[in-house]
Amino acid sequence: MTKPKVAFYWCASCGGCEEAVVDLAEDVLAVVDVVEIAFWPVALDFKVSDVEALADGELAASFINGAIRTSEQREMAELLRRKSAVVVAFGACAWLGGIPGLANLSSRESILELVYRGSPSTPDGDGVRPREETDVPEGRLRLPHFEETVHTLDQVVDVDYYLPGCPPPVELIRSAVTALVEGQLPEKGSVLAPDVALCAECPRVKTKPADLRVTEFRRPHEMIAEPETCLLAQGLVCLGPATRSGCGAPCIAANMPCTGCMGPTSRVVDYGAKALSAIASLVAAEEEDAVGEVLRRLVDPVGTFYRYSLPASLLHRRVERETAASRGGAEG
Amino acid sequence: MSEPRFEPRIVAFFCTWCTYTAADLAGISRMQYAPNVRAIRLMCSGRVDPQFVLAAFRDGADGVLIGGCHPGDCHYQQGNYNALRRFELLRLMLSDFGIEEGRLRLEWISAAEGDKVQRVCNEMTEQVRALGPLRLVRGPRRRPRGTSGQAEAERGPGAVEEAELAPVLEMGGREAR
Repeated sequence: MTKPKVAFYWCASCGGCEEAVVDLAEDVLAVVDVVEIAFWPVALDFKVSDVEALADGELAASFINGAIRTSEQREMAELLRRKSAVVVAFGACAWLGGIPGLANLSSRESILELVYRGSPSTPDGDGVRPREETDVPEGRLRLPHFEETVHTLDQVVDVDYYLPGCPPPVELIRSAVTALVEGQLPEKGSVLAPDVALCAECPRVKTKPADLRVTEFRRPHEMIAEPETCLLAQGLVCLGPATRSGCGAPCIAANMPCTGCMGPTSRVVDYGAKALSAIASLVAAEEEDAVGEVLRRLVDPVGTFYRYSLPASLLHRRVERETAASRGGAEG
Repeated sequence: MSEPRFEPRIVAFFCTWCTYTAADLAGISRMQYAPNVRAIRLMCSGRVDPQFVLAAFRDGADGVLIGGCHPGDCHYQQGNYNALRRFELLRLMLSDFGIEEGRLRLEWISAAEGDKVQRVCNEMTEQVRALGPLRLVRGPRRRPRGTSGQAEAERGPGAVEEAELAPVLEMGGREAR
């Protein structure tokens, strides 16, 4: 019997998702027993032409991690989509945009300007930027196009399943692969994780007051948190109430608040808005000024609430004033 | 020929007990005010999920107005306080998104204050008119299931797209607390 073929690919992400596959440790052998890895550039020597040579739909599944920022990532996502029966958005970046998605707070131009000219570690030079095409004696060299914004995988290609997390917990990877091999996958579009908030599986939930009120928000470096009490009750911004469970709460176990990498539950459209709502409602103050004072202690609200999901959010990115201000343009 | 005056679109979420009743009163009393405000009646200003505000901006609103009962007057005791808390944080966050402060406003308007509805709607319409259109660069939509993986063209700044209503209002909106 031929084993089902699978592919792994890495787009705009840190590589931690690839590490998560390796974290399967000896279980990766069990995976290799039941599937054939047809493409995994980070670990095995494959070329794009190997994928191109496959028949459409020949891959049983592609696990794609990372957001989409460049033309190369877009092309690979499209190629793997064509060749795969099932595409799994692997990890927070592929599902929601992830940390690289925070680049949507800056314009493409300001990013290139900083990286190639403004950054203190960039030597004063001629401000040369990489070109997409360069002619050399050996021929024409090409670099991928750096797109205007960061996209989630499903904003670029059709996605069948989502594995949440930064990176996805090993347990969830294992059960996803098992479900795939056994043909037990749920309804298309499902997130392959429990559909309840992290508080439901948090070991500290018993210490969460029924009517939790926060008088002052504090940041992890400003205090040593008491190791068994609900972190929200201690004034830390823990996003457990708004975040999907399934991670086993390792951050909580390390005495650090949840930052929301597992994304929203299925009832939520915009993770950041919901997380903001959950946290804001905890403020004890009732007067406008007092409420504002407590909330201004929350440094960087976008980075706090949309840390992993800005490209998937309703607003998608920061409004660019220089273009938005050019009123009376092409369309009215 | 002069350019037509920009008419902002303002979505207003009014609580049924106070502000919506006040808007009714303004109507019955024949008070005239800017027609730019589209009122949506909710049971309580505390029901205004920040997702609703973002969805309004995403789908073409230039401003969003939230109206609720005065502090201490909430029909449900606490709803307007929660509205205030979410509004304050949302306002801080929207500035990081490059959305000007004047585009989101919270007002306490009791059922007797039809004149305040008139004044606030007029004021906000002029304020948002001065700011100009919001012109969000719309994010690409999650593609409908079963479509091919063809490249979606990069949206140009201010590209006008067919509005697709996010299923935000259909959601249970259950607060995960």
